[in-house]
Amino acid sequence: MRKIMPRKAALAAAAALSLGLTFSARAEDQPNLPKQNWSFYGVFGTFNRPDLQRGFQVYKDVCSACHSMHLLSYRDLGGGGAIDGGIGLSTDEVKAIAASVQVTDGPNDQGDMFQRPGRPSDRFVSPFPNEQAARASNNGALPPDLSLIIKAREGGPDYVYGILTGFKDAPAGFTMNEGMYYNETFAGHQIAMPPPLSDGAVTYADGTNATVPQMAHDVVTFLTWAANPELESRHRIGVKVVIFLVILTGLLYAVKRKVWSDVH
Amino acid sequence: MSEPAWTNPAVKWIDERLPIFTVMRHSAIEYPTPKNLSYWWNFGSLSGFMLVLMIATGVVLAMQYTPNSALAFDSVERIMRDVNYGWLLRYIHMNGASFFFIAVYIHIFRGLYYGSYKTPRELLWWLGLIILILMMATAFMGYVLPWGQMSFWGATVITNLFSAIPLVGKHIVTWLWGGFAVDNPTLNRFFSLHYLLPFVIFAVVFLHLWALHTAKSNNPLGIDTKGPQDTIPFHPYYTVKDLFGMGVFLIVFLGIVFFAPNFFGEPDNYILANPLSTPQHIVPEWYFLPYYAILRAVPNILFIPAKLAGVIAMFSSIFILFALPWLDFSRVRSARFRPLYKWVYWLMLIDVLVLGYVGANPPEGLYLVIGRVATSYYFLHWLVIVPLIALFERPKPLPTSISTPVLGGAAVASAKTMEKV
Repeated sequence: MRKIMPRKAALAAAAALSLGLTFSARAEDQPNLPKQNWSFYGVFGTFNRPDLQRGFQVYKDVCSACHSMHLLSYRDLGGGGAIDGGIGLSTDEVKAIAASVQVTDGPNDQGDMFQRPGRPSDRFVSPFPNEQAARASNNGALPPDLSLIIKAREGGPDYVYGILTGFKDAPAGFTMNEGMYYNETFAGHQIAMPPPLSDGAVTYADGTNATVPQMAHDVVTFLTWAANPELESRHRIGVKVVIFLVILTGLLYAVKRKVWSDVH
Repeated sequence: MSEPAWTNPAVKWIDERLPIFTVMRHSAIEYPTPKNLSYWWNFGSLSGFMLVLMIATGVVLAMQYTPNSALAFDSVERIMRDVNYGWLLRYIHMNGASFFFIAVYIHIFRGLYYGSYKTPRELLWWLGLIILILMMATAFMGYVLPWGQMSFWGATVITNLFSAIPLVGKHIVTWLWGGFAVDNPTLNRFFSLHYLLPFVIFAVVFLHLWALHTAKSNNPLGIDTKGPQDTIPFHPYYTVKDLFGMGVFLIVFLGIVFFAPNFFGEPDNYILANPLSTPQHIVPEWYFLPYYAILRAVPNILFIPAKLAGVIAMFSSIFILFALPWLDFSRVRSARFRPLYKWVYWLMLIDVLVLGYVGANPPEGLYLVIGRVATSYYFLHWLVIVPLIALFERPKPLPTSISTPVLGGAAVASAKTMEKV
């Protein structure tokens, strides 16, 4: 038995090393992202409801002018259903938000499309009818859909936060293309999106001071929820599952010892 | 083995007409198993468990998934958002592929260390390799189904490999695609095959087990069992040992599922497939990285273009293993008694890990050099080093039976001890 131990240790070390190498290799392409201390990180991570609601306000008042979130429905904001983690709004609040937009529906019995106020079951209304319209309004660039943006970028929340807070004046000697903006986080540092946030860009209902870092923090929290609406359920169930498995495995080990006690 | 007397009349009635209970009793309860199997022997049944779990979650996911290039991506997100526990099913299935490969790779490397491919287990080894190849095809096609950027471009790169075949390559690729690019027909047939192949795997697993139960299990000493004193019945000894191992495995697996479900994934696959925009680095899933490194390491060889040479090398890297029972003709199975083979075994494992590391990086500069050295060593190992060691190595003396060292508490029993027994 003693002879086997170093071999096991060597194998474990090799496996850990290979995983480590693989992932450090992927991280190489990334600029050094400032790491934020997100509330949703970790085994017990959750979203702060006030952050989520402020973040939704930033999306609604600023981002949604150009960026769609076509995978979300207004009802998701209230939670319930298959995934229970909404952003903490009541049913009436969700209805009011949905009713504030106009949705194209139809055809009616005359064969015509018509506009009606939104319902909670409607998907978030996109700012542009199609990709061509979006590009035509944005200097040829396509503002990406934000439903999954946190999962779709290396670095996730830190990356999106880095983009939102990364607008600077271009350093001397840096040649900027027409209609582009300097961003220290974006690959190549030239981004087609104008700086979306400026101090006081939104007026928070709860009186929070709307600085750029505050708004970036809030909207990234909201976008992380939008990309992982199951996150809180997942963490809650996961803790129970792992505790259960640890106890079960401990019992199985005891049974194994007992059953094997007569084998020599 | 005596005929079991079944007391339950219903069981007895069935068993006299179709002896399923007798067969199950022989192969899952009484099956005489060497009593010295280590925890490395857990990974066979773990792989079987993962196969069943993948089929179970996959069947349910298929009820909600739409294999159409315009709808597939959003239908997966619908599963994640609007289907009850859809996120759990999908994350189990997605990470299950990785953990299936982890279990199978450990299972294979255990076989390599203890010589489980040697006579009389050659067919058992072949069937295992066939399972591996089928798994790779299934995993590759499954990764295409969410129709993200990496799905699309991975499918494009891998199917394009067939264009390296002289003369007919281009036609074969068009035939595989069902069109002139990876598109809806490709997605449809990949979905169909992704649903079919796991059942083919299941059938080959059945043959694998049949062959196992005919040749019986190998063991850490690599010597044959000499009689009942060397074996214990599978149940309850190995059922409980396998269950305990499964508990440990599930803690790690479900820990990833619940707390880092995208750990093995590529962010690019959360972007809808776009034929007009190629991702900066097209990387396969981690379990394909060593093969990917071999594919990209090979340069032009004489009149063979690099692409064709790379494809040949990549496929050979697995097919070469079919010849292993004859390349390694040493009669000693377990590396415990093979002082030289033991060392090159670990070098081979390191070589595969290095290939995996290279496969995750762009094929340029130092990575390309390391990739070429590691690829050369890979083939050198199987084709030259292993046969030479089989020829020149002087193995340590083998214990005379499993019971002897276990009773004596020493790994190597001297002949004197044996005489006393």
